[in-house]
Amino acid sequence: MSKTVELTIDGKKVAAKEGDNILKVARENNIYIPALCYLEGVSSLGGCRVCVVEIRGSPKVFASCVTPVAEGMEVITDSERLRRYRKWAIELLLAERPHVCSVCVANGNCELQQLATELGVDHLRVDRKWTNYELDLTHERFAYDPNRCILCTRCIRVCDEVEGVHAIDLMLRGKNSKVIFDLDDKWGFAESCTSCGKCSAVCPVGALYVKGKPLSEVKKKELVSFVMSRRSEKTIG
Amino acid sequence: MKPDELRNLAQKEDELRKSYRYRINVCCSSGCMPFGALKVLSAFKDAVKESGVEEECYVARTGCIGTCSIAPAVLVEPGDYLYQNVTPEKAKEIVKEHIVNNRPVKSMLYGNEAYFKKQLRIVLRNAGKIDPLRIEDYIAVGGYYALLKALTRMTPEGVIEEVALSGLKGRGGAGFLTGLKWRYVARATGSPKYVIANLDEGDPGVFANRTLAEADPHAIIEGMTIAAYAVGASKGYIYVRSEYPLAVETLKKAIEAAKSMGLLGEKIFETAFSFDIELRLGAGAFVAGEETAILASIEGRRAMPRPRPPYPAQSGLWGKPTLINNVETLANIPVILLKGSEWFSSIGTKNCTGTKCFSLTGKVNNPGLIEVPMGITLREVVFEIGGGVPPGRRFKAVQVGGPSGGFLPEQLLDLPIDYESLTKAGAIMGSGGIVVLDDTSCMVDTAKFFTEFCVDESCGKCTPCRAGLYKLYKILDGFTQGEGDIQDLDKVEDLCEFIKEASLCGLGQTAPNPTLTTLKYFRDEYVSHIVEKKCPAGKCFKDGGGAGS
Repeated sequence: MSKTVELTIDGKKVAAKEGDNILKVARENNIYIPALCYLEGVSSLGGCRVCVVEIRGSPKVFASCVTPVAEGMEVITDSERLRRYRKWAIELLLAERPHVCSVCVANGNCELQQLATELGVDHLRVDRKWTNYELDLTHERFAYDPNRCILCTRCIRVCDEVEGVHAIDLMLRGKNSKVIFDLDDKWGFAESCTSCGKCSAVCPVGALYVKGKPLSEVKKKELVSFVMSRRSEKTIG
Repeated sequence: MKPDELRNLAQKEDELRKSYRYRINVCCSSGCMPFGALKVLSAFKDAVKESGVEEECYVARTGCIGTCSIAPAVLVEPGDYLYQNVTPEKAKEIVKEHIVNNRPVKSMLYGNEAYFKKQLRIVLRNAGKIDPLRIEDYIAVGGYYALLKALTRMTPEGVIEEVALSGLKGRGGAGFLTGLKWRYVARATGSPKYVIANLDEGDPGVFANRTLAEADPHAIIEGMTIAAYAVGASKGYIYVRSEYPLAVETLKKAIEAAKSMGLLGEKIFETAFSFDIELRLGAGAFVAGEETAILASIEGRRAMPRPRPPYPAQSGLWGKPTLINNVETLANIPVILLKGSEWFSSIGTKNCTGTKCFSLTGKVNNPGLIEVPMGITLREVVFEIGGGVPPGRRFKAVQVGGPSGGFLPEQLLDLPIDYESLTKAGAIMGSGGIVVLDDTSCMVDTAKFFTEFCVDESCGKCTPCRAGLYKLYKILDGFTQGEGDIQDLDKVEDLCEFIKEASLCGLGQTAPNPTLTTLKYFRDEYVSHIVEKKCPAGKCFKDGGGAGS
């Protein structure tokens, strides 16, 4: 049995398993922290920086999905500063590539859209970039639009850690980073892909999706829980 | 190698050195090489042979002497006569006059004493004075004695204690206490343990680590081996960028030489301690110098930083305890062990001991590689060592700490160089770059330039650095073309705060420094770009309207 630690989140006393991250513990205790790249069941990235929190005694902010809990820690999940940072994170993601909800397959089922609404992002303070990546429709069942990708790497992690395939990875760096299949092959010709569909099920936006179906019909949540159950079987086995 | 063998070799080499009346050191570092240093070297060798003074005069191929403004530079010992801009023709004359007739050629001497007066060479103690490719040269000047002392007369804890007492701080930029870092690794459980020497110096205009490796590779190897003994590591990696071919070649040969002499490998000095070093080449990513990114890169993955904790001391290379030190930090170690922590801590300031190497570049009369005691003021560095800005120009700003270092104006020139003072002023120690700007530089344009560098070098993992820096660059770019309005300055500051505070690693956390410091100290230039659509330095508005066009 691993050790238990006690900490407070927004003044509420909670007990947690040592080594767990703040975001997971908060969710278990029904305390909401907005998050985007985080996906329970796979490793944390700490990339989107939406889930930042403050810890009393430190001037810094911490991505709660990659910060382990500690005994006596006092976590603050909401403040003027945190709201300002989260808003910037969402705004920058929206402006990074052409996210146009009205023509997006994920409209109404998009985590980026939901967070934008929730955090009050009603306009962009920075210019939008109109990337012009080619749409990949070569796969029989799935489609990939890099112009909608927010580089959260959920697909990479779920393919690697749950499906155990690692057919997806990143190429190039910085603003040119791009999610690719195999060695930047077209999806339909990526030999290591098992066509399991987990990647499109966990994509928070409309970058990876099932062809011919609006996301509301894909019942994403059920698929996610299916992924999770497979994951726990694997861990036990 | 047995302890006695080291002593005998050192003695033999010393006698050999003394048997020559003169020693000509020709700098063949990456700085002097493009100016024909190798031709000068062979010219000296030929001239010495032709004049028949081979028995009296030794010609050595050395690393950087430190005076990059007078390349190729040649140092004649004894007396440290420094010749400037030497050509094969001049080499002949120097041999004829200085060596044969014992009359130094005054007209060719550098004669700038101010450049060296305030410098103190500890890390660069052998740079320009030994042949980096001859391990015997290093041993002749006391090399590997510190390792011998550590292995035969000190406990690992004793070595750590000595380093801790010296007050040495990490020279890679963050300034963490070296002794404390070593202690964390020594106490961590896990086996094997690793030592990594960080030579992934990627900043534009910074060449201190590169020059050190080219000039004195064994100082790095010896420091690393001592560190390994102190923390209980059995394997070391030197992570060097592949863009430094001469440094790579020099290190490769130095490691081979140390291995063949038994100074690396099994049972060093017949003790139970074994240690081996391998080179790992980076593939040109600036961010790979971040310590968790180095780990990923050596393991064969994408050089992307990860959050800490866990710190590399607990879980580093392949999950094992790992010590990561900059090469400049490691090169200090042998001297500290030989001369003692008390001596070392008497140099510099109370909180910041020792010296720091800087690459002094930009609009300055004497650019070069310098080493100065901590606590020296920026004014001394720029105006006394650097000789100030070119004639007819006015000093404007100095950037300390590489591409993500802040720009400091004239009124802050009396700031002492130490970690705390620089950070407080908005600059950083970084890896040791000092770039001087005069009135021909536009501060908005310069901030844009360094932001663009960081945009290109961002790994792409976290939003603030990947997306935020790019948007910051676009806004700055707009300013230089007459776009934007005055309210944008508040937006820029707000965006910079987000990037600085919410980025995952040091790259993003420091990348807004050039913008923030120029906004703080040179706000008038931003205002003039935005409101008057005028660039005071005449750099921007290429389609007309600038003061210079």
